[in-house]
Amino acid sequence: MTGAGAALRIEGVHKSFAKLEVLRGVDLEVAEHEVVCLIGASGSGKSTLLRCINLLEPIEAGRIVVEGLEITAPDADIDAIRRRIGIVFQAFNLFPHMSVLDNITLAPIRVLKRPRAQAEADATALLARFGLADKRDDYPDRLSGGQQQRVAIIRALAMEPDLLLLDEVTSALDPELVAEVLEIIRELAGQGMTMVIATHEMSFAREIADRVCFLDDGVILEQGPPERIFGAPEQPRTRQFLARIVAAGRL
Amino acid sequence: MTGGSASRRRLGRSVGGRAVLIALASTVVFFGAIGWVVVHSPGWPVVQRSFFDAERFWDALPDSIARFRLNVQLFLIAEVLSLVFGLVLAVLRSLPGPVFFPIRALAVVYVDFFRALPGILVIFILAFGIPGLRLQGVTNDRFFWGIVALTLLYSAYVSEVYRAGIESVHPSQEAAARSLGLSRVQALRFVIVPQAVRRVIPPLLNDFIGLQKDTVLVSFVGVVEVFRTASIKSSAYFNFTPYLATALIFIVVTIPLARFTDWLVARDRRNQLRGGVR
Repeated sequence: MTGAGAALRIEGVHKSFAKLEVLRGVDLEVAEHEVVCLIGASGSGKSTLLRCINLLEPIEAGRIVVEGLEITAPDADIDAIRRRIGIVFQAFNLFPHMSVLDNITLAPIRVLKRPRAQAEADATALLARFGLADKRDDYPDRLSGGQQQRVAIIRALAMEPDLLLLDEVTSALDPELVAEVLEIIRELAGQGMTMVIATHEMSFAREIADRVCFLDDGVILEQGPPERIFGAPEQPRTRQFLARIVAAGRL
Repeated sequence: MTGGSASRRRLGRSVGGRAVLIALASTVVFFGAIGWVVVHSPGWPVVQRSFFDAERFWDALPDSIARFRLNVQLFLIAEVLSLVFGLVLAVLRSLPGPVFFPIRALAVVYVDFFRALPGILVIFILAFGIPGLRLQGVTNDRFFWGIVALTLLYSAYVSEVYRAGIESVHPSQEAAARSLGLSRVQALRFVIVPQAVRRVIPPLLNDFIGLQKDTVLVSFVGVVEVFRTASIKSSAYFNFTPYLATALIFIVVTIPLARFTDWLVARDRRNQLRGGVR
C-alpha cells in the first residue's frame, strides 16, 4: 500500500495509562471503503486504539493521518478533523437530556452550522431509513439498548463522516438485540463506508471484514483477509485466542 | 386486581392508621411535656409578657410584613445574580489545561475566600467601607451594597454546588460530544452544564433557603427591613414579641420552599428509578 489514497494511516502509536503501556507501536493503514475488524482479548488495546484515532486519548508517540490530515500534528485543528471521524461507543453515550432528534441534530447544527430545518429533515430521513422514525421525539432512556445503539450510529452518520469507528458496539446489548445493530453495520459496509470495528463478534467479523487485525499485548500481531486469519492463522498467539473463542462457542 | 392484593392493601391501610395514631399520641405527649415544663418554669410569667404579647404582636405584624418586601427584593435579586455568577465561576474552575491555570486558581481563591468569611463581615466591609472611600459616582446605598455582599457570598456556595454537578456528569458524555466535533465550550454548554444543572436544583434551593434567612444581616448596616423593624418596635416597647412576628413570616415563607425542595428530590429519585430524565 502506498498510503496516498489511505483513509487512515497510523504509524508507531504508543499509549500508556500511568505505567501500563497499552499500545506499544501500532501501525495500520485503512484504504477508502475498506472494513477493518480489530479482534483480540479484552485488554489487548482495541478500544484504546480506536479512542486514540480521534485523540479522545492523547498519545505519547506516533502519527495518525486521517484523509491526508495529520491529527497528531502540533498545529492540527483537532475539532475539524474529528468531524470527519464518527465514533460509536460500547455504552452508546447518548445525551440523556435530549430527544433522539436533538441528539442527532446537535452537531450538524452547532458544528456544521446547518440550518435547523435542514438538519432535522436529514435526521428524520436517517431515522426512517433505519426503522426508528417513530422514536424521533423520545428520550434515550425510553429506548431499548439496541435502539439506543442504532440512534448512536445515526448520530455519528449525521456528520457524514469519512471514517466510522465502532468500539464493541454490541457488547453492552442483550443477545436478542445484537442482530438489529449488526444489520445497520452490514448495510453501511455494503454502501462502502470506511470502518474500523473493534468486536468480539467473530462470525460477524469474518462475514463483514475486508481485513482482520489480531491485537495482542498492544501490537497488531497478525493481519490479513478473514479467511486466512480465521482459517489458517500463522501466529501461535492468534491460534490460541481463536481456540479459546471456539471453545466458548462464539465462532 | 386479585382479592389478595386488595386485602393486602386494606391491611396496609389499617397498619398505616394505627401508625398515625401512635405518632399522634407520642407527639402530643412529647410536646405536651415540653410545654408543661416551660409553662411551669419560675420565669414563665415574665417571658410570656415579653415574648407572647398578643397586642404587641398584632401591632408589629402589618409593618413587619410590609418591610419584608425589602427582604424579598434582596433575596430575589441576589439569588438571580449568584445563580449566574456562580455558574461562571464553576465553569471557569473546570477549564482544562495548563493555559487556564491562572483562571482556575483565581476561581479557587475566590470561592475559598468568600466561604471562609462570616457574611456579616462582608456586608460591613462593603456597605461601610466602600462608601467610606468617597469615590465619585459610587453609590452609598446600603441596600445596593447589601445585595452585592450577599451575591458575592452566595456565588461561592452556589459555584461549589454547580461544580459538583459538572463533575457528576460522566466523562463519556464529554467524549461523545467532542467526538462529534464540538469544542470544549460547546460540549460544556450543550451537553454537560444542562445535565449538571438538572441534578443540582435541589441542593441549589437548599442554599437559597440560607440566602433567604441571611437577608436579615443587611439590617445591621441600617437597611430597615423586617428584622430591623422588629428591633425598633422591640426597643420602643421593651417587648420581644415583634421578633416573634418576624420569625413567623420567615417560617411561612421558608417551609414551603423546603417542602418543594424535598418534593423535587423525591421526584428526581422516582424518575431515575423509572429511567426517565426529563
